[in-house]
Amino acid sequence: MTEATIKLVGLRKAFGKNQVLRGVDLDLAPGQVTVLMGANGAGKSTLVKVLCGVHAADAGTVTLAGVAFAPASPSAALRAGVVTVHQNINDGVVPDLDVASNLLLDHLADGAGAFLNDRKMRARAREIAAAVGLEVDVARPVAGLALADRQLVSIARAMAQEPQLLILDEPTSSLSATEAERLFALIERLRAQGVAILYISHRMSDIRRLADRIVSMRDGAISGRFEGQPLDYSGAVRAMLGHEITEVDITIPTPGAPVLEARGLVLRPGARPFDLTAPQNEVIAITGLVGSGKTALAEVLFGLAQPTAGSLRLDDAPYTPRTATEAVAAGVFLCPKDRLINAVVADFDITRNLTLPFLRRHSRAHFLRRASENATATRMVGEMGVVCQSPADGILTLSGGNQQKVMVARWMAEASRLLILDEPFQGVDIQARRDICAKIRATAQTRATIVFVAELDEALEVADRILVLSEHSIVGAHRNENIDVAAIMAEVVDAAPETTRELA
Amino acid sequence: MNPDKRSAVELMIRYGFLVLMAGLIVFFGSTAEGFLTPFSAVFILQSVAITGILALGVTATLVVGGFDLSIGAVATSALMLSSYVMVVWELSAFWAVLLCLLMGAAVGLVNGLLIVKMKVPDLLATLGMMFLLVGAQRIPTEGRSISTGMSLPDGSTANGTFSEGFLMLGRHRLDLILPDLLPLSVVFLIAIAVAVWVFLELTRHGRLMYAIGSNAQAAALAGANVNRYKVVAYMISGVLASVGGILLAARLGRGDVASGNNLLLDAVAAALIGFAVLGASKPNAFGTAIGALFVGILLQGLTMLNAPYYTQDFIKGAVLVVALVFTFALSARGSRGRG
Ligand SMILES: Nc1ncnc2c1ncn2[C@@H]1O[C@H](COP(=O)(O)OP(=O)(O)OP(=O)(O)O)[C@@H](O)[C@H]1O
Ligand SMILES: [Mg+2]
Repeated sequence: MTEATIKLVGLRKAFGKNQVLRGVDLDLAPGQVTVLMGANGAGKSTLVKVLCGVHAADAGTVTLAGVAFAPASPSAALRAGVVTVHQNINDGVVPDLDVASNLLLDHLADGAGAFLNDRKMRARAREIAAAVGLEVDVARPVAGLALADRQLVSIARAMAQEPQLLILDEPTSSLSATEAERLFALIERLRAQGVAILYISHRMSDIRRLADRIVSMRDGAISGRFEGQPLDYSGAVRAMLGHEITEVDITIPTPGAPVLEARGLVLRPGARPFDLTAPQNEVIAITGLVGSGKTALAEVLFGLAQPTAGSLRLDDAPYTPRTATEAVAAGVFLCPKDRLINAVVADFDITRNLTLPFLRRHSRAHFLRRASENATATRMVGEMGVVCQSPADGILTLSGGNQQKVMVARWMAEASRLLILDEPFQGVDIQARRDICAKIRATAQTRATIVFVAELDEALEVADRILVLSEHSIVGAHRNENIDVAAIMAEVVDAAPETTRELA
Repeated sequence: MNPDKRSAVELMIRYGFLVLMAGLIVFFGSTAEGFLTPFSAVFILQSVAITGILALGVTATLVVGGFDLSIGAVATSALMLSSYVMVVWELSAFWAVLLCLLMGAAVGLVNGLLIVKMKVPDLLATLGMMFLLVGAQRIPTEGRSISTGMSLPDGSTANGTFSEGFLMLGRHRLDLILPDLLPLSVVFLIAIAVAVWVFLELTRHGRLMYAIGSNAQAAALAGANVNRYKVVAYMISGVLASVGGILLAARLGRGDVASGNNLLLDAVAAALIGFAVLGASKPNAFGTAIGALFVGILLQGLTMLNAPYYTQDFIKGAVLVVALVFTFALSARGSRGRG
């Protein structure tokens, strides 16, 4: 093996009494993609933050190209050639600045002359953006961008550096398949140039696509190293979990009476109308490409947007929500995607994040009842397997996947008529995903459930029935039994079915 | 950071500000003759009552992530309005108080609607409102102060007077241990501070307002009526500012156009200093009350030391900077790299 670019020995890090890294030993070689796998809260992001100068290690050494390396700040790490794309996308962008300034932030911070030449900056920024296929106006403020574009901005910014070591912490968590593919191509180019790459992901498809070797991490220490083709993926999963992953077991129950009925729904002008029935005791997964209308449908069902045409009925009564408040009151809950923008209240602890939509239930005559809140929080933290010290932990001290579990738990804490989960597995590890799927299914008798997922794997793990959305209309429906994956994939990627154009 | 250093920083964030305040009291107590007497304490409380009430209103808007620059102008408008109602219209104190409170609520409502419906940025909306009110309150008297016996623009004389009951609001003192010790305005301050604290900390409405201030989008998607809560926050701010103006009128006994210049800045300072109290790092009623008290102690102490008036603003500014360091620099370090 070539000499290691970076060598970690006995790295330790604790937050208060919580020992997060318990002696991590790791070598990363140039021109190699090392995938780091680990359950939510294993310490992956913490390890990344030690490497890139956000946290200082409590013990242990890091050597970079043979020299001791202990960056005092992220900019010191950057100067040494350690470039990082953080899991928390807001750590990688400055929302108030425009895209161009964000892309050139590291140059600006270097002090490239006191005056900024707008035209030159924008031109350079456009080049950087084009390299990752980011198609937005570089003069727009980042705060106005969708999460996927923000993620691309922070990736583009990292790629514009000349890294020795590139660290990507769940970079594809909100990217579409095409965007992810473009990222993989870039990563391969850097690998060919001899950059050492540390790649963290819970998505098996990413891992299969990129990994030269896999390192598994469990409870703050390395629990397995896998190299040489073919890679032992199931061994890596076993090492990160400490046990075999549980099998998916879907027995499709008999659906009950319809809860939600949509007739002749048109999601946007020109789209083909479709019907949708969500009965009690059925879990429906709706899949489709980014832009196929998943978000538009979720918004219509939750009262955030009005359909162009069509009618909705809930429990056999007209359902016309105009705001989220009305939807929640009617018993329709939506767990939105992109938690950091749409769900996480950063100033609140776990308990307060959990009880946010149902404060009325936790209060008497306008006054909150702490005991009632705490009981719910303790119950949900247990049921969802949130890794934390206590429900009073600040939400941002949790690992990304555990924050996501809290956001899902928020909407599963109370009984609903229709539960809509939009990308509920963003950042959640493989076993936790199985557990949450099982939980969704186990509680499904009392309501109708719709889960929006881009990944077909996830649909197969959770659903009784899988619907395919394309061009803002439903183009296929499949009972989740002996499924023909190829047929579904064909529907997913199939552009405009004939009918759409005829009707448009 | 090693654990010892870490907990030292945490202690400093939590109690540093209170220690600073205790130090200040000890310092003035030992250098300024008569500082540590009940009457000096009461004088301080009286001087902070009005600022404190205004600051509690600003706190409500800070909680929802907004800001209200119009409070000073609302207070002086209430001062002029109550004087006008009693002196020119010759109505009772009841009407003076009622109209002022309605005026405050209406201003808050307009501020709130400008911000949530017209999407005017909060600073601009309330700044505009501030100018508007500063001008409007001078029009009826052509820019002159209001007092009994003044001649009006139409040539007649104003014969109304401030009623005794009204003046009591600002001047009366209750017997507490010592006779004539506790000013009524201080009782108002304490009652309002407790009410705002209870509202923000113990009710679900307060909880939702904090959620809106932290992530409005998330609060909306959790079913909170974000716009309504924002408007309510500005209305609370407007009403409390008008209460401050009423107390000011009752203390002065005339509609003085020149008073109340420092109200806005002192109140904002108190609310921001409140971030530092007990390491809250967020707007909170208890901190705001302590912040107002702190500003009052400082000014009273300096006055008793015969410090020239022009140094007082300088020192106030310096203290504000120190308080902000406690809040932001230290607590940012304590939680560095979260998320
Ligand atoms: N700033 C912090 N303060 C306190 N505890 C923290 C902090 N950051 C992380 N932790 C704790 O460290 C542990 C590991 O978190 P980390 O984010 O490294 O996990 P991870 O492996 O990246 O998980 P995920 O797959 O969910 O992203 C968690 O238990 C978390 O609560
Ligand atoms: Mg992580």
